[in-house]
Amino acid sequence: MSWQRIQALVLRYTYLYARSVPRVTEIFFWPLMDLLVWGYVTLYLQRVGNVSAPANAFMFLLGAMIFWDILYRAQQGVTLSFLEDIWSRNLLNVFVAPVRVGEFVLATYLVGLVRIGVTIGVLAGLAYALYSFNIFSLGISLVPFFANLLLMGWALGMVTTALIMRWGQAAEALAWGVPFLIQPVAAVFYPLDVLPRWIQPIALAIPATHVFEGMRQVLRGGGVSAGSLTTAFVLNAIYLVAAAFFFRYMFDVARRKGLLAKLGTQ
Amino acid sequence: MVPANMSEAVVQIEHLRKEFNGTVAVADVSFSVRRGEIVGVLGPNGAGKTTTIQVLLGLTTPTSGTVRLFGMDLERHRCEILQRCNFCSAYTALPANLKVRENLRVAGGLYGVTHWNDKMDRLLALFEIAHLKNQITGRLSSGESTRVNLCKSLLNDPELLLLDEPTASLDPNIADKVRKLLRRIQREQGITMIYTSHNMRDVEEVCDRVLFLHKGRLIAEGTPQEVIARFNQKSLEEVFITVARSGDLLEAPSP
Repeated sequence: MSWQRIQALVLRYTYLYARSVPRVTEIFFWPLMDLLVWGYVTLYLQRVGNVSAPANAFMFLLGAMIFWDILYRAQQGVTLSFLEDIWSRNLLNVFVAPVRVGEFVLATYLVGLVRIGVTIGVLAGLAYALYSFNIFSLGISLVPFFANLLLMGWALGMVTTALIMRWGQAAEALAWGVPFLIQPVAAVFYPLDVLPRWIQPIALAIPATHVFEGMRQVLRGGGVSAGSLTTAFVLNAIYLVAAAFFFRYMFDVARRKGLLAKLGTQ
Repeated sequence: MVPANMSEAVVQIEHLRKEFNGTVAVADVSFSVRRGEIVGVLGPNGAGKTTTIQVLLGLTTPTSGTVRLFGMDLERHRCEILQRCNFCSAYTALPANLKVRENLRVAGGLYGVTHWNDKMDRLLALFEIAHLKNQITGRLSSGESTRVNLCKSLLNDPELLLLDEPTASLDPNIADKVRKLLRRIQREQGITMIYTSHNMRDVEEVCDRVLFLHKGRLIAEGTPQEVIARFNQKSLEEVFITVARSGDLLEAPSP
């Protein structure tokens, strides 16, 4: 691993974002829209007197929305960095340089981390200003929650990027679609027991489910379940390793089929 | 007498074969390139030039055959080898919304170049584009972009430089300057170059030796003059046309 090469890749994405208003806007636009829509929908539901809704339903939804964004942005950080190189016909310049696959992936992780930091900072500030919701009220448990969502986002990002590498720009929509495939099963906006019984074991195999369940537990005033967090970390470790192998496998397939060169010049 | 290090083979390809889903792109190609040589890889569309270059860059893996660069197996030592190579193509671009110096800084970082700033200034001056240093790359003319690309490809002082139609988008004046510069750089630094072009004048002027590919096979090899004489033609362009039109019927005539 060469830190200098990783730094160069991160620098390249930093220049790209610093120079492009649409790209910077994109980091804030959708999270902001989500925050406004979900926030006001929840306020409305409370106002029309849905007495069966728990008082903290509002916090659950806003918290879930912000947490979902961590996962989504982590996945996007990896995938969009790769797509940026395709769109700018720069992919060949990266892969004819002595860049190792691990260095490339690590650089995209770091870019994702920066994107998340910025987005979450803005969302947390706005949620507090508009709805008096303080995500930091989750306290120290925020750290393992955040870490788990980040790890899962990175694993998803690697899988998505590997699929785009294999099937080219035709598979580009996956960059935005893949996270939403797991959203209904991961108990993001509702508790696990709402899901049909037969889906629940599948949901429990998704690290994010443990995070969203844990978040609701903490917001209800309960403690963090160490067992649940450990399960999430173990699952994430397994998925990250599997995703890394899958990425490496698809990279080799892409080289065997000449797809890297095709992606880099199309 | 060639000095010992000049006779060292920088590139050794033996029985290279590459198939894509059953389609043969390169059937059986063997050649070597000595240190300090400029070798032109020529052939009509579909001859296997691009695939051969992609294999040399580690972008594509061979179906069979061996590829050794600097005496090392490409598959096993891909990163060490790429550290000593660079590439410039008319068909790739540097990110359009970065400034020229930003693009070169990133490229310098990817190759672990120290003092990239000094090197960048020297190369930009050499290609007469020092005034473009703070320009957005996407706003350059295609000729200026090509020269920036050439600067990028020389940043790491490569021992092997792969040039894919480097003068394709240049006007005759700049193309002439670039050809002369490439020859000068090769003389001064002893860089080995593999050069593809459809401009036969480029090849005659720049290359020490040419490899003629047709339908994935090497059908002729030698200095430009040797190849012209072997096909009983007056120029490489005529050889090219002959091969393109009746290559199936041609066995490279004996010298």
